[in-house]
Amino acid sequence: MNELIYEVDNISFRYPGYDRYVLNGVSLSLQKGGILCILGPNGAGKTTLLSCMAGLLKPYSGTIRLCGRDLSGMSEKETARLAGFVPQMHVPSFDYRVIDFVLMGRAPHTGIFSRPSAEEEKMCLDVLENMGLGHIAFKSYLDISGGERQQLLIARAIIQSPEAILFDEPTAHLDYGNQHRTLSRIKQMASEGYSVVITTHNPDHALLLGDQAAIVSKDGSVIQGSNADILTEERLSEVYGMDIRIRYIEELGRTACLVPGL
Amino acid sequence: MYRSQISTKDNRRRGRLIIPALFLVLLALILACLCIGKYQISPGECLKILSGRLTGVQPSWDGMDENMLMGVRLPRVMASVIVGAALALSGAVYQGIFKNPLVSPDFLGVSGGACIGAAIAILMSFSSVMVQITAFAGGLLAVFITMMIPKLLRSESGIMLVLAGIIVGGAMSSILGFIKYIADPETQLAAITYWQLGSFAYVDNMAILSILPLSIAATAVLLAMSWWINILSLGEQEAKSLGARVNVLRSVCIICSTVLTAGAVCISGTIGWVGLVIPHFGRMLAGSDNRTLLPASMIIGSIFMLFVDTVTRMAGPAEMPVSILTGLIGAPFFAWLLYRQRRILN
Repeated sequence: MNELIYEVDNISFRYPGYDRYVLNGVSLSLQKGGILCILGPNGAGKTTLLSCMAGLLKPYSGTIRLCGRDLSGMSEKETARLAGFVPQMHVPSFDYRVIDFVLMGRAPHTGIFSRPSAEEEKMCLDVLENMGLGHIAFKSYLDISGGERQQLLIARAIIQSPEAILFDEPTAHLDYGNQHRTLSRIKQMASEGYSVVITTHNPDHALLLGDQAAIVSKDGSVIQGSNADILTEERLSEVYGMDIRIRYIEELGRTACLVPGL
Repeated sequence: MYRSQISTKDNRRRGRLIIPALFLVLLALILACLCIGKYQISPGECLKILSGRLTGVQPSWDGMDENMLMGVRLPRVMASVIVGAALALSGAVYQGIFKNPLVSPDFLGVSGGACIGAAIAILMSFSSVMVQITAFAGGLLAVFITMMIPKLLRSESGIMLVLAGIIVGGAMSSILGFIKYIADPETQLAAITYWQLGSFAYVDNMAILSILPLSIAATAVLLAMSWWINILSLGEQEAKSLGARVNVLRSVCIICSTVLTAGAVCISGTIGWVGLVIPHFGRMLAGSDNRTLLPASMIIGSIFMLFVDTVTRMAGPAEMPVSILTGLIGAPFFAWLLYRQRRILN
């Protein structure tokens, strides 16, 4: 399959009132079922790029095509039907039950004066059940762990039934075990046909997910390619300003990204 | 395990049962409040008159009772029910759309604006109908100005709107202070102060009937949008990523809530605390989901207002303004509610 879900063409972005371009002539593409890992040093514009792709920010110039359609001409609702966005962290506002929270993912399919149906509620229960979260469905989402809450954000994006799901640093607030559980969930989702974009601080996560990588540099430019092409020792060492090694580890049967020592 | 299953079931059912249960309580309280007072009417007689009037049966009851019930008590009870529901609903909506459990219906300036409108009319010695009209207009105008400020400053975030509310509120309290300063202290100042503290003692049928259609329309819109208020309560970014046109939805909610609050203020003058406290109480009873919270808050607001008005009407020879009691009950009650909800506020 060669269907392109995302075609980002030469976009630039700067925040109003600032001269510095956070993104400068960025081009990217993502195939259906592909995983694109966006890496880059702190403050380089990973989240800005992801927000542009989610339609939350408007690029200053250039175009983003989502499933062949120009994002700038699409309504919030049309965008949300094609692209789900999983924020880095959710700050709870009110004491919603888990199921009611996940149900909010149906918003792009719901009319302004209407509400989700009983079937859609059943859909939420099924998704939660599938993710092994059925037992907390009727709990308050204040009573669950941070790892579980991260899972709910993913469940909500699944309920949205989009083509692409964009994850903003999905592992940033998780412990070591939950980080890797989330990554394996993301990999599984891609194999189910979702196209995935994630931002991460950890190059090893890109290697684990094993598809495409993109690096956002401080000057706002981006290079994209297969992991093997992009995640080289020289480039990573330069991006992060320290000695970084890429090694194939026989025992694990995979390539890993490591630092030699401090 | 057993316990958690029980609570799961309770959680599932809670939402469905709470509304009818609260509604029954409200009906019973309405009947009780129609009967009790300095002039007592028996519940049987009360029901007979009400059903007789509805079906057009020839009177076979005490005319004195009828005059008291239909002319005085029913309008007053209906007014408390409407005002309580309107204030609680708009409070719950504001708290939802601003993702902030500490805002009340008047924080965009509707009550302040209504006070100025009413105070000007009182200063000009206009009729009571005119006072209501200018109060309504003043409330709407104040919120309109508040909503224009973020547009002028080219920043349409929710926090900008809150700050605009503070700006407009500050300006209005000065204007009101000036009006009170130049008002005749014997008559006008007293009237303004009494109006500011709210009362159902001088409720008139015309005011209720002229406000009702707009209030019902605003209520219908808000209840129909109740699920979308959940979405707005996630914050601007998340709501937008879920396909919500945040600014449009938020504006519709603000307009409807403002119409409701301004209408309530027209009937009774400004009444504090109800819009802030009742939605919290509603969340405790019915959960945070706005689909059940909004109707539940309305009913609880009605119950609370009815209770407070009946107490003020019964206590003492001269009637106390309602806000005195809502504040006395509301403030400690709010402290207790915040203690209960400290989890979410942390």
